[in-house]
Amino acid sequence: MNARMAGQASAPPALPPRGFLRRRIFTSDHRALAVLYLLLGLAAVTIGTLLSLVIRVHRVWPAVAFPFYGMLRPEDYLAVVTMHGTLMVFFVLTVVPQSAFPNLVLPAQIGADRMAFPRLNAAAFWLTLASLFVLLAAFFVPRGAPISGWTSYPPFSAIPATGPGQGAGMDCWLAAIGLFCIAAVASSANFLATILARRGQGMTFGRLPLTVWSWLASSALTVIAFSTLFAAALMLFADRHFGTSFFIPAGEVISGIPRAGGGGSPMLWLHLFWFFGHPEVYISILPGMGLASALLANFTRRPVPAYRFMVAATLLIGFLGLGVWGHHLFVSGMNPYAGTAFGLTTIAIAVPSSAEVLTWLAMLFRGRMQLTTPMLFTLGFISFFIAGGLTGPILAQPALDAYLHNTFFVVAHFHLVMAMAGVFSVFAGIYYWYPLLTERLMNQTLGKAHFWISLIAAYGTFFPMHFAGLAGEPRHYAQLAGPIESFPSLIPVERGITFAALTLATAQLIFFFNVIYSARHGVRAGGNPWRATTHEWCPDAHPITRGEPYAYGPESGPEKDFLPQWESATPAPSQFGAREYPSGLKPE
Amino acid sequence: MNWLPPNGALHGTGFDQLLRWNLDTMFWLFVAAQVLIVLAMLLAVLRRGSAQATGPAQPRSFRFFLFTELLPLLAITALYIAMVVTSHHLWAARREQANARNAVRVEVTGVQFAWYFRYPGDDGIYGRLVPDLVNAPAGNPLGLDPNDPHSRDDIVSPVLVLPAGQPVDLRLRSLDVIHGFFIPGMRLKQDAIPGMIGHLQFTPEVPGVYPVLCTQVCGLGHARMQTRLRVVTETEFRRWLDARERIALATPIPDIPASSPAVARP
Repeated sequence: MNARMAGQASAPPALPPRGFLRRRIFTSDHRALAVLYLLLGLAAVTIGTLLSLVIRVHRVWPAVAFPFYGMLRPEDYLAVVTMHGTLMVFFVLTVVPQSAFPNLVLPAQIGADRMAFPRLNAAAFWLTLASLFVLLAAFFVPRGAPISGWTSYPPFSAIPATGPGQGAGMDCWLAAIGLFCIAAVASSANFLATILARRGQGMTFGRLPLTVWSWLASSALTVIAFSTLFAAALMLFADRHFGTSFFIPAGEVISGIPRAGGGGSPMLWLHLFWFFGHPEVYISILPGMGLASALLANFTRRPVPAYRFMVAATLLIGFLGLGVWGHHLFVSGMNPYAGTAFGLTTIAIAVPSSAEVLTWLAMLFRGRMQLTTPMLFTLGFISFFIAGGLTGPILAQPALDAYLHNTFFVVAHFHLVMAMAGVFSVFAGIYYWYPLLTERLMNQTLGKAHFWISLIAAYGTFFPMHFAGLAGEPRHYAQLAGPIESFPSLIPVERGITFAALTLATAQLIFFFNVIYSARHGVRAGGNPWRATTHEWCPDAHPITRGEPYAYGPESGPEKDFLPQWESATPAPSQFGAREYPSGLKPE
Repeated sequence: MNWLPPNGALHGTGFDQLLRWNLDTMFWLFVAAQVLIVLAMLLAVLRRGSAQATGPAQPRSFRFFLFTELLPLLAITALYIAMVVTSHHLWAARREQANARNAVRVEVTGVQFAWYFRYPGDDGIYGRLVPDLVNAPAGNPLGLDPNDPHSRDDIVSPVLVLPAGQPVDLRLRSLDVIHGFFIPGMRLKQDAIPGMIGHLQFTPEVPGVYPVLCTQVCGLGHARMQTRLRVVTETEFRRWLDARERIALATPIPDIPASSPAVARP
């Protein structure tokens, strides 16, 4: 059916398939899949952003009528919030860093010409696409999209009578999540196998780029976390349709009508969901952390200091990330000692995260920083990661969370540390790897305009949300003006947030234009435009790894200040590559 | 920090101090880190003209690692530990201690989209509740059982009234979905989870009116699921309670089922 499969069967490598569809769409080629994933992410982020603008506009001008729709009812607002969250968390912040980017560069970075399971890899993409369609279908089914938020707490999500959108819309949501889980586990299992089994000659663990270590950790987390979510989604579906009561307690009275049966507990969903939900945060941000280290080394022309320390921090974050989910349940009324325990594990994970941040900050002051567009977005990533990360230890304290939980303070926290840091890292990756797909660089002037407007507008959008949270404003409020509390002091803040959000969204048009414009008119990139050391820039498809990943600096040679992994420092390279050297040591 | 609504609870003073200390520390760490980033960018711009990179930075030296990584990390870890320890004092005092014996007891019930507050009445015992009897239009929103003698003197109120200076024990429950019981002015929040009874203890100190909100998305009326907490003096509270008690005893509890019980689908 395609060339890769033919090649696998130890036949002489077949000619690449001809025709656009065979090469770009119905293929198991990982680079082609990366493009498809990027397009999928682009579609999702466009819809998700438009939905967020609906949220922002409705909050400050509740009476405004939207084109083609009219005024928003409270249930419409909640549906929009639910779909915004689901699209962004799953189809943007998971798909791009954890599916598109590994497909783009992971095999190349480890010196492999293909993934371990190309067909599984392709199947994962098509399942993800199906999942997106099923999710979006929720807008068009009777009574509309679900309104219970992206966390879908039962019994709200388990009993259709609890609200509009909790019928067919909720079923769409569950089906989409189920499909997405299968796709995520399949693609991550493939990445794990690829990293473990398909590293090229000389690519020891001590020479893996930090992006690959990040994908190793995030893929392991994906397999564990998304399997759990799949089980939970299946159980919720059974509660809805097969008469089980995993999450529905006895004695429910919905809108005055008693419901027979029950005997389960919503707490089970809270635990299962957040056992997925918290690792999910690290799944979407660990690749960005690895990329930040790599780009900082690249654009300061200095190696990553304490490479092993960074690897250890990455793996520790992944491991500890599995044990912190309970901090989402501080106010659920669980045992207060459990609150203390989860508070401790959460503070513990702040330590390796801080270690990575300190390393990045130290890296800024060595060598010569080159303020290229990918470097600017990396600096933006670090800035947001710090801004959002620092409120983490505050929210990790059950005593303080007992006020801040489910207020806009939390909205500010995760939009900075997960969404903005994540998206800025995605932009850094796209500006950096764009030449791999087009052989051209993206326009720097447009890139810098895109960066500065986005940075300021993103802070303008999410920083003031801290104040709204401190004032006690709860999440998911369709309108500020309630019967008792209307938060009058927040109206100017909310207006400012909406203007900043509109600016932030508009600035992305610069990016879209740049992507299209530079494909034709960008500066020709040449083979290795960033003078980088990792294998995705190697002209050879089967490179032998001869050194460590980030050998930058003047000591690398008299003429140039870097030593690519495929080049040897010695005049006559050993024909066995570098396997004969202890890992982590550069051949001298 | 001045964004917080005025505090009216005994533990709120300690909470506000703790939160202020945390926010201040984190804000200055945030500023310091951002200044470092901007400084590095300015240096990069200023040095742009100069020729060859300035010498080897010896990034692998232990001194470099010690001063840029290990010592700051130790300092930050010490800060995190200090935060956990100070905050645990408050958490332990709030949650890990036995209930005060003389606490005013009130049951809080969340239902789409209202809060109901039930006082056990003179007998001090909450009457039995029957889901089938829940009928808000008929005047029995919680499903009080008329056949239970303890139900007779139970007071059900849409407003929470509490005496200042007395410990309170709230019993949290929900009839339908998860609701988030939140009184910003009392620095108080806990979910009301159906099928579970939660408990929340606190002491209101300052008389006044405080909004009660729902913080867990619970349906299309989530944003209007609000009511009031009125903190009054001890004598005022007694007077209010007696008046409500008389009304409760004079009014028979309706026992009209809202409709025939819905049968769970197979």
